[in-house]
Amino acid sequence: MARKLLLENINVPGIKSFDVYRAKGGYRSVEKALKTMSPDDVMEEVKKSGLRGRGGAGFPTGMKWSFLDRKSDKPRYLVCNADESEPGTFKDRFLMEYIPHLLIEGLIVSSYSLGSNTTYIYIRGEYRWIVDILEHAIAEAKHNGFLGKNILGSGYDLEIYVQPGGGAYICGEETALIESLEGKRGNPRMKPPFPAISGLYNCPTVVNNVETLATVVPIINMGGDEYAKIGVGRSTGTKLISACGHMNKPGVYEIELGLPVDEFLNSDEYCGGIRTGHTLKAVVPGGSSVPILPAELFYKTKEGVARLMSYESLSEGGFASGSMLGSGGFIAMDETTCIVRNLWNFTRFYHHESCGQCSPCREGTGWMEKVLHRLEHGHGSMSDIDLLVDIAKKIEGNTICPLGDAAAWPVASHIRHFREEFEYHVKFPEKVAHSPFAHSADYKRELNTVLQ
Amino acid sequence: MIKVTIDGVETEVEPGTTILNAARQIGGDLVPPAMCYYSKLKGSGGKCRTCLVKVAAGSAKDPRPMPKLVASCSTPVQDGMVVQNITSPEVLEARKGVVEFLLINHPLDCPICDQAGECHLQDLAFEHGSAKTRYEEERRTFDKIDIGSKIQLHMTRCILCYRCVFTANQITNERVHGILNRGDAAEIGTYIENVIENDFSGNVIDVCPVGALTDKTFRFKSRVWFVKPMYAHRNCDKCCGKTTVWMKGDEVFRVTGRKDQYGEVEDFICNDCRFEKKLASDWTVEGPAPIQRNSVQAQNKYLQGIKVDAPKNIGYGNISDR
Repeated sequence: MARKLLLENINVPGIKSFDVYRAKGGYRSVEKALKTMSPDDVMEEVKKSGLRGRGGAGFPTGMKWSFLDRKSDKPRYLVCNADESEPGTFKDRFLMEYIPHLLIEGLIVSSYSLGSNTTYIYIRGEYRWIVDILEHAIAEAKHNGFLGKNILGSGYDLEIYVQPGGGAYICGEETALIESLEGKRGNPRMKPPFPAISGLYNCPTVVNNVETLATVVPIINMGGDEYAKIGVGRSTGTKLISACGHMNKPGVYEIELGLPVDEFLNSDEYCGGIRTGHTLKAVVPGGSSVPILPAELFYKTKEGVARLMSYESLSEGGFASGSMLGSGGFIAMDETTCIVRNLWNFTRFYHHESCGQCSPCREGTGWMEKVLHRLEHGHGSMSDIDLLVDIAKKIEGNTICPLGDAAAWPVASHIRHFREEFEYHVKFPEKVAHSPFAHSADYKRELNTVLQ
Repeated sequence: MIKVTIDGVETEVEPGTTILNAARQIGGDLVPPAMCYYSKLKGSGGKCRTCLVKVAAGSAKDPRPMPKLVASCSTPVQDGMVVQNITSPEVLEARKGVVEFLLINHPLDCPICDQAGECHLQDLAFEHGSAKTRYEEERRTFDKIDIGSKIQLHMTRCILCYRCVFTANQITNERVHGILNRGDAAEIGTYIENVIENDFSGNVIDVCPVGALTDKTFRFKSRVWFVKPMYAHRNCDKCCGKTTVWMKGDEVFRVTGRKDQYGEVEDFICNDCRFEKKLASDWTVEGPAPIQRNSVQAQNKYLQGIKVDAPKNIGYGNISDR
């Protein structure tokens, strides 16, 4: 059994309540930090741990904290990004729903380190029931002296507020989140200035993902050096992976980074293999925005090196033959999956969620969706495939925020790895027009017949 | 002062200057185009992405290039920064892409658009666009919305630059319009069919880079190249009173703010000056306003019948062009 740090007590009955959580050793990190460590010591431990942001980008957390403008005389804010909206990603929801005090504990320690006296949890509006769970947990923590004025007699004050969002994917982007939290339309801001200098209410702000902040708890408990021993290379510690798709055991798993992908997908401890009687066709390893990997590039890189569940290994080969660990939204697809339809679905989502501020994303995502709709329904042409690649290229890197990239990467990678399936949709329009799923298994055979 | 090199031309600028404004100090062809940036409006820019440039060297201290193209209107220069604008094929390619995106839903109805001849998108498409479109899908269209007696909103032409929203926010006392919806369904609209009618609301017409917001008192009365821009002024208790009046003979067809070479007004003017003062006797005409020689507005200009109260050395076009 792999080591569990976040989900260690997940099966303990009543772990949602303060008393049970405390009895299982909860809030030890708060006592340790507030009684024996300075804010800088806490940050130092986080730096030593090598913790990378668990929201998707994988930026080193300690370094992000060190960018915070500490000379400013304005209040500092910590904002917990719980706006989990990436298709295929549902790990934060699991953590907040079943072990909410872990997040509250992580927030207290992190806020202490950053010098924040007011901390917000910006949560996806659709997670309405979790808002109640978190507010209950906050009330319990406050009642027991872990929140409010003069926590544990340390002189440190902290209030945590939960703010549900209006339900827009873009509000998961940190500057759009800040705008939304300020009560404005959730549009990403131009950078610079970065939130660490001028964020919420123009004050120095750090925005971190739920899992990142919860992970601060075991880091403080065990020490940064000890935490850094888990994992592989610069991918240290454990990571929550939300696995879904055509597998026998979908769910949320905590893995030690560096676990072979083969073991994660096929062992009974985790996903239990592709659903019985079927074969793996492709994997999206880190949420719908990351490039897709065909089965042959999922298990091994182009150079023949076995892939691991880590930031570096999954991105090995760049976007030509690799992908990203992203948020850990692991989607497996078997041979019955129509890749064109899958991409159309992804692109529909990004088109719908584009905020509309910058032209390439606003117009490009809609254009891609319409072309894909044509292809999927048997009205496309060969030139449409190259057109899609070109539109994606014109969006990528040219937008205000990463939503443009998130829309462009799946398009580029789906076509790169499964071009012949797109061509099949053009060559056999009658087969795809009315049966979006039935044709995908035999597209190779049909295509080869024609080519011969 | 800090040094920045743009397309091989070095210039010195104040710290905090953006790449776009540094380029504007140099002038000429290496100034990136800008559809949403407006120097008079705080917070504008960065949205249309037409001003993307390549930063080949971040600064003298850290000469690493920036990984992505950056919006020149919102990126401050660093000492020793090296920027590529028209010398970068990557930038030209990206700009071509942006023009294509902008023209997806912007109709090419220049022959019937009041903005023709002074439309920034028209110029941008001419310089950076391609002659053919690859967009085969249905384009979005809107029903016309009545937003008052002076301003016509033609949403079909809007490119969502946000300039009018910033103007209403920053210049007028109360903003009744903004962006509704999101993505390519986003549109400029008023809150529950409100009308835009405050003293400075007419400025949204001047800042609109395309023909989405036009002057109802001028619409379809003439093409812009048939009327002649003249600098004029009057005593006004609401604004500076310094305007450009667009005349044909002795007749004033429309009044706008005075604009610089980048199409930005020097001072915002009030609605009284813009919409109500349409007699030549309302104005003291100073003389012809400068016109770019390559502009379509330079066509059909004539002096007959116009009483010019201005120094004799003012004529048509830029002084350097004469």
